[in-house]
Amino acid sequence: MSNFQFTRRGLIKAAAATGAGLAMPTIISPAFAQNQAGYTNAPAGGTVTLGFNVPQSGPYADEGADELRAYELAVEHLNGGGDGGMMNTFSSKALKGNGILGKKVEFVTGDTQTKSDAARASAKSMIEKDGAIMITGGSSSGVAVAVQALCQDAGVIFMAGLTHSNDTTGKDKRANGFRHFFNSYMSGAALAPVLEKMYGSDRKAYHLTADYNWGYTTEEAIKSSTEAIGWETVNTVKTPLTQTDFSSYIAPVLQSGADVLVLNHYGGNMVNSLTNAVQFGLREKQVNGKNFEIVVPLYSRLMAKGAGANVKGIFGSTNWHWSLTDEGSKAFVKSFGEKYGFPPSQAAHTVYCQTLLYADAAERAGTFNPCGIVEALEGYEFDGLGNGKTLYRAEDHQCFKDVLVVKGKENPTSEFDLLEVVEVTPVDQVTYAPDHPQFAGGNLGQCNPGA
Amino acid sequence: MLGLRKSDATLLLFVVAITILAPFILNPFPTNSAMAQFNGGYPDLMQRFVIFGIFAIGFNILFGLTGYLSFGHAAFLGVGSYAAIWMMKLLTMNVIPAIIISVIVAGLFSLVVGYISLRRSGIYFSILTLAFAQMSYSLAYSVLTPITGGETGLQPKNTDPRILDTLFGGGGAGGRANFFGLDMRDSYFWSVGDWSFVFNTGYYVAAILMIAAFYLSIRIFRSPFGLMLRAVKSNQQRMNYTGLNSRPYTLAAFVISGMYAGLAGGLLVAMDTQVGAERMFWTASGEVVLMAILGGAGTLIGPVLGAGFIKYFENIVSKINESILQGWFAALPDGLSDFMVAVIYPFIGKGWHLTLGLLFMLVVIFLPGGLVEGGQRIAALFRRKPKDNDGGMSAQATPAE
Amino acid sequence: MDAIILQILNGLDKGSAYALIALGLTLIFGTLGVVNFAHGALFMLGAFCAVTLSRLLTLSHTVIDETKTDFLGNPLKVDMPYVNDIFGPEIGSTIIDWSVPLSILFAIPVMILIGVIMERGLIKHFYKRPHADQILVTFGLAIVLQEIVKYYFGANPIPTPAPDVFRGSFDFGAAVGMDPNVIIYPYWRLIYFAFATVIIGAVFAFLRFTTFGMVVRAGMADRETVGLLGINIDKRFTIMFGIAAAVAGVAGVMYTPINSPNYHMGMDFLVLSFVVVVVGGMGSLPGAVLAGFVLGILESLASMSAVIDLIPGINQVIIYMVAILILLTRPRGLMGRKGVMEE
Repeated sequence: MSNFQFTRRGLIKAAAATGAGLAMPTIISPAFAQNQAGYTNAPAGGTVTLGFNVPQSGPYADEGADELRAYELAVEHLNGGGDGGMMNTFSSKALKGNGILGKKVEFVTGDTQTKSDAARASAKSMIEKDGAIMITGGSSSGVAVAVQALCQDAGVIFMAGLTHSNDTTGKDKRANGFRHFFNSYMSGAALAPVLEKMYGSDRKAYHLTADYNWGYTTEEAIKSSTEAIGWETVNTVKTPLTQTDFSSYIAPVLQSGADVLVLNHYGGNMVNSLTNAVQFGLREKQVNGKNFEIVVPLYSRLMAKGAGANVKGIFGSTNWHWSLTDEGSKAFVKSFGEKYGFPPSQAAHTVYCQTLLYADAAERAGTFNPCGIVEALEGYEFDGLGNGKTLYRAEDHQCFKDVLVVKGKENPTSEFDLLEVVEVTPVDQVTYAPDHPQFAGGNLGQCNPGA
Repeated sequence: MLGLRKSDATLLLFVVAITILAPFILNPFPTNSAMAQFNGGYPDLMQRFVIFGIFAIGFNILFGLTGYLSFGHAAFLGVGSYAAIWMMKLLTMNVIPAIIISVIVAGLFSLVVGYISLRRSGIYFSILTLAFAQMSYSLAYSVLTPITGGETGLQPKNTDPRILDTLFGGGGAGGRANFFGLDMRDSYFWSVGDWSFVFNTGYYVAAILMIAAFYLSIRIFRSPFGLMLRAVKSNQQRMNYTGLNSRPYTLAAFVISGMYAGLAGGLLVAMDTQVGAERMFWTASGEVVLMAILGGAGTLIGPVLGAGFIKYFENIVSKINESILQGWFAALPDGLSDFMVAVIYPFIGKGWHLTLGLLFMLVVIFLPGGLVEGGQRIAALFRRKPKDNDGGMSAQATPAE
Repeated sequence: MDAIILQILNGLDKGSAYALIALGLTLIFGTLGVVNFAHGALFMLGAFCAVTLSRLLTLSHTVIDETKTDFLGNPLKVDMPYVNDIFGPEIGSTIIDWSVPLSILFAIPVMILIGVIMERGLIKHFYKRPHADQILVTFGLAIVLQEIVKYYFGANPIPTPAPDVFRGSFDFGAAVGMDPNVIIYPYWRLIYFAFATVIIGAVFAFLRFTTFGMVVRAGMADRETVGLLGINIDKRFTIMFGIAAAVAGVAGVMYTPINSPNYHMGMDFLVLSFVVVVVGGMGSLPGAVLAGFVLGILESLASMSAVIDLIPGINQVIIYMVAILILLTRPRGLMGRKGVMEE
């Protein structure tokens, strides 16, 4: 935002010069304070404002609502309310339940509408009007990349919400942006061994891919990791984002001689394509003497709910699931469940973690200065947030942690009990070099404190 | 003044005054008060007000004068944006080339679309423009990803060539959009008591262009050309029978309004260096229609008001969440406060679409002339009173026609 | 070749949804002269009639099952639908299983009612207003309706499966002695096609063979004269609006097993259905139906991977390209009457 700030003296002079008689006592409003700390929106007074930018209208509104619940819970815990949730299991003990650096945490919310323009407008209003020191949230990679670039320019930290595209910490990575969620590459690397074990190494795969960036990176990731275990890719077909009826894309699958269908779709696309595929009876078919199978690389419980019984027995990967039994997950599910009456989604989990990680980094750095926070988060290893031992890698600001391979549950006991964890893929298996071809072309640049 | 008749000159002065004083008008509440929620005077929103004002003024030149309802105007805005960002990536971060090229490219694109679409009128014309816009959107989102960035859109990067900037040394204000070194995002803050006012460079650059655009639209409305366009609206057939070929006129209006859209698109990039394909989606085209109608189609000032109204809703009302609402009614007794929250909650925050839809229906049903008509009716109410306060009314009561 | 046959089959199925929505739109435009942008919302409301009925049928009381635990470790609460209590578990679960077909009976009166209220309460006041105003007010209404649905049902798609017996697909290839698995098609989609044919047939028969239909057709051709004959044409048009709403509604009900309904499914169909109407010819009922099927088939053919490889992106734009082509070469659409809305 600004590089310029009237000093009090300058202001009085200016006011006197205009002769407007406005030389009343002046207070620099905290919302715009660019004090001597030398970074954008340095908190003045006893509070610090975080900006929660989530989809509240449009197809991902329910996911956004769940993120918002987790944010509110995180703020409550940071301010010392509730049972403290994952703060108790977090390996770092810097957070004391008295806000961040002794300042009470407040928050503002905005609607991304899952459009990059609207998301940026909303983030800008949080930065310019409300004085937010950190922006977080989102439910798609397009929005994450757009807001991340904005935060880099404005000099605030961006803690990404749900974004799965390789680009967020690859080609479009930024120094001020951090991602806790996993990515397409990790999905591929985690899924492939399980798929090999379940379906063998002699399979022919047919990809349907959402025709936009996330779809491309996911297709590439799944394709390369399944080809590495010996699968053959028969065909890859791009489907329009606005497509609702996938029948014309699914009908030719059987004719192609493929025996596995990979649906690189998310959200409403995934619900519809999976529903259509099951409708066509693909799963009861025998091709090349094998059972026909369907794979959904990125699962989300909220979306699985939309697909209903169609998810049964279908493999995919996910960042986190409430049925995990480590201490962190149990603590989080308990405090979320008791407050809201149902278990949290993976989107809720990742944004809760991101908020805690940010707060913790600020505590450890002793400042809200984005550059201090970047330093505190880079190469930081932690545990107790539900994914086991995790590393925030310095080279690309991506979290490296175990990835869950899940399967649609055959006999769900409740409307939340839709997925079961098949395997926890250890972090080593999903780690890649920072200059991996699927992530090439990006440049973190320097951290930007703004001001 | 400036070749305008008196009432138009007053209106222009009124618009100039409002745009210059916007930082004060939009921040009427002290920063720390509960009402600060409703302050709209921060750079991003002020920029959006004037930029979408330009977009709506341009749309109104087509729709308000000729009656041709284009449902694909967002495509021109989008094309202008893409052209602008490519200028920034390739040539320089100075906004001037970007804005000029965005107007030119959008003008050329609208010439092509207009030439084809204007062969039909009425709903057929609307569907044709809609079809072109949807095609542009679909292609930009997917197949044209190498050019448009697809879902993630385009942003300037450190690795961009920026030929002119390297030629003349320096990265052009550190890779930020600027006007000959003046950073678009620079703001001056002025705090008076509990109030705080922001004066943003980008806003004033856009505001000057909007005033110019507004002046031009007054001139078009009052010109023989404008009269011709109105004749098209009232009875095209009769016009054709008199031997006049109306198509060159409508095409000219279409291209002009396309260039306005391109200017808005270029300015959007100049203020916030990013483009995403969804700004071409048909709902974005629908939005500018809403702006024009809500404010008052065919009036000079109406579209600007409509644009401000919708953008205010989108950015301010959508940010009111449940906890803020509870804060407002905290003073009331428990039961009453819960009741108030429950009643209002569906209409604010994530429910802002609902409120907008309702308001929009109400305006179309009861005020076909939009907010301007509402203003005139209120003015008429006052005028009927015995007290003569004509003098105070003139600015409000004379918007356009 | 098989691939093309399959896509034509597919196009017929897709087209039946387009045709049903376009039929309703044309009924409204032809009778009332109103361009109804809320028609997609009516389709969506129909789909949510199915959701509502399935919710009503599964209204339950909770029974605590001590043997299982929920996610917090408390005893699991199991929902027991009242239907099961009343009819016994066997019949009860059959009723729940059949909730989508049952919803048609529920949706028809509800949608006619909604249609009539909409016409009397709002549309009626817009007969004399320009098309632009009609578009705008119905567009506003569409936003309001979908936001209300979103408020009560959320933004996520809601699964509403077809009855168990209709799951899976029919193997055409095997039936005519070709290789199995080559030409298969889901039962429910075949039913949807058949259903659409029946509804379209019924609407045409109604207009063709009943006195009511005759009057309406006369009114479509010349409203004033019919009015002068002392026939209350307004009342009949109101009923036609109700019927159009019901057609959109049942189209929505039957669509729910194909794609889980969500609050904005109407908007997804809206733009498309207008293209269908225009391609068919404004005001022409057979045109709307024909155009629905033609565009459905074209869209399906364009999504074949051989075609996409040839012209990238064609699957995204085919509908619009056809619309532009038709409007430029034959503005009255495929079957529009000469001279009606031709300029």
